[in-house]
Parts: sequence; structure tokens; C-alpha cells
Amino acid sequence: MIVADRKSLDEILGMVADKDKILVLGCKGCVTVCNVGGLKETEVLAASMKIARKKAGRPVDIDTRVLERQCDTEYVSQLADHVADYQAVVSMACGVGPQFLSEMYPDQVFFPAVNTTFFGGAVQHGVWEERCAGCGTCGIHLFGGLCPVARCAKSLLHGPCGGSSNGICEVHKDTVCIWDAIVTKKMETGHLDDLVGVKPFKDWRTARDGGPRRSIREELVKGNI
Amino acid sequence: MSYPADIKIIQVPCTGRVDIIHLLNALADGADGVYVAGCLEGECHYLEGNYKARRKVEYVKKTLKELGIEPERVAMYNLSSAQGARFAEIANEMVQQITDLGPTPVR
Repeated sequence: MIVADRKSLDEILGMVADKDKILVLGCKGCVTVCNVGGLKETEVLAASMKIARKKAGRPVDIDTRVLERQCDTEYVSQLADHVADYQAVVSMACGVGPQFLSEMYPDQVFFPAVNTTFFGGAVQHGVWEERCAGCGTCGIHLFGGLCPVARCAKSLLHGPCGGSSNGICEVHKDTVCIWDAIVTKKMETGHLDDLVGVKPFKDWRTARDGGPRRSIREELVKGNI
Repeated sequence: MSYPADIKIIQVPCTGRVDIIHLLNALADGADGVYVAGCLEGECHYLEGNYKARRKVEYVKKTLKELGIEPERVAMYNLSSAQGARFAEIANEMVQQITDLGPTPVR
């Protein structure tokens, strides 16, 4: 899923300091799963903002709503009848949400309440880790199921660098050197030879290096199948 | 045995039912303070409801700090249903604490 962290209350309050009627808009997609922008977090943010503004002597009128997803126009369009009722909308979705909203409702202002961080998963309750960099040319199978593009600080594809020490990356003491893990796994499973062969170059044009990306599925564009 | 009339009691089946939003909404609506009275630790009838409530109280304390409001306005207490005298004692303690802090700045 897409993982995000909520911005500080100070930052969010600062963005809407001059607004008196606000909609806090959650999303039932990834941000609900990573406990940052679902129904519960939307209500908690709204209540916290109300407390802050009352304390400052400038009460604010805040409504909350949660869309099925903010990354599909069919759900974003459900806001059409009410979006003009507010001076600002605070989106708790990933970075896709405020953009889809801004594109559909150019007269409204949409503020991001979260910082979108990475594609990952929960390794324990409350802890998420990056697992995918969305490079567009997946080769996880070549590396024992461990992705060096996302999990090596340098995205190295041919082995560890000199910063690997006792299985830990020099960039951060909590970061595993994924190349140490890849080599160890290959040795343990008796497939170390897999890493010896020369691999063809990686086509980085499918990653961000090729500019903003687009995915077109002709059969769906033509209609439902 | 008596406790101050300043307190409004809201009964829940287990403190595990109390959520962050309940505590925040009470404060947003002008409550001077909120406390949760749960079962003794290790004696929750639903195993860990009171531990969950404590974590939620801690979260709200953190939020209040972030907003520049005294975190002492929320509290978690643990006592058994047989400790009537302790209930009254806690009520007095909390009311005294809030009286010392003064009225909520959230008006």
C-alpha cells in the first residue's frame, strides 16, 4: 500500500489559519490501512483542530467525510454538491487525493494533511517499511525475493557496497543491508550461482527517470470487459 | 462517602470502548478535564480493555501538549468495582487537579 505520515497539527492549522469553514476529507484506501487518513483519523484531526481554534479564540466550523477513494474520479465526483460549501478542504489521502480533487474542482483549495512517504507494508503493528520503489521493471525474482531497487540506499543491482557492515547499511543503523540479506539467502538456498551471471542492463526509463508515467489498458479504455 | 457534583459520569461496558475521539470531543465541547476509570491492571474482564484505554489517554495527552494545553486535563485511573471509597477519592483528586489548573482554555 501507499504509506503516509500525518503532518504536525501546527503545520495543518497554519495552512488553514484564515479559513472558518473547513471540510476534513478522509480516504478509505491505503491511508485507512496505514492508520493515517481513514474515518477515525479524520475525526481525531477535526476534533484536535476545533480544540486548537477554540483555544485561540477563533472557533472553526469543521465537517468530516470519508470517500471510498480519492484516486478515482467516480468517488471524487460524489463531493460535487457540497464542495463549494467550504472555504477549504483538508485532504487526508496520499498525494494523489488533493490533485484529483483540485483537477475536478478548480475553484476550491485543497490542503494535504499527510506526507506521502513510500510503497510498503506493516512489519509490526504501527511500523511500516518500504518494499517497492515503483521502478516499472520488476526483477524481484532475480534477487531472492528481496528488492535492491527499493531497499538498497543506492539501488545497487550487482552486490553490496563498502558501506555494508555486519549486515547493516551505513546509511542507518536500523536499515538492513539488503545485499547482505540477498547473498545470505542465496547461499542458504544453494543458489549463489544465480548472482554470478551478467544481467542485462536495467531500463530506468520505466522509473521516474523517464518522467511522469502513464498506464493504458486498451481493453478497459474501450469499455467494460 | 461522597464525591463532588462537578463530575458527569458516562458508563461504558469496558474502558476499552472509550476512544480517542470521545476524549477529544469532550474537551472540544468545553469539558475542563476528562478521566477514565478502568478496572485494575491485569483484571480486565475483556483481557486488555483498560490497557488500551491507557494508551488512548496517553495519545490524547500528547495531542494536548502539541496544542499547548495542560496534558493533566486527561487522566487514567485503575480501581475495582468494590473500591467505592477509592472512587470517591479519585473523583476528589481529579476535581482538585482541574480546579488548580483553572477553567479550560477551550471555550
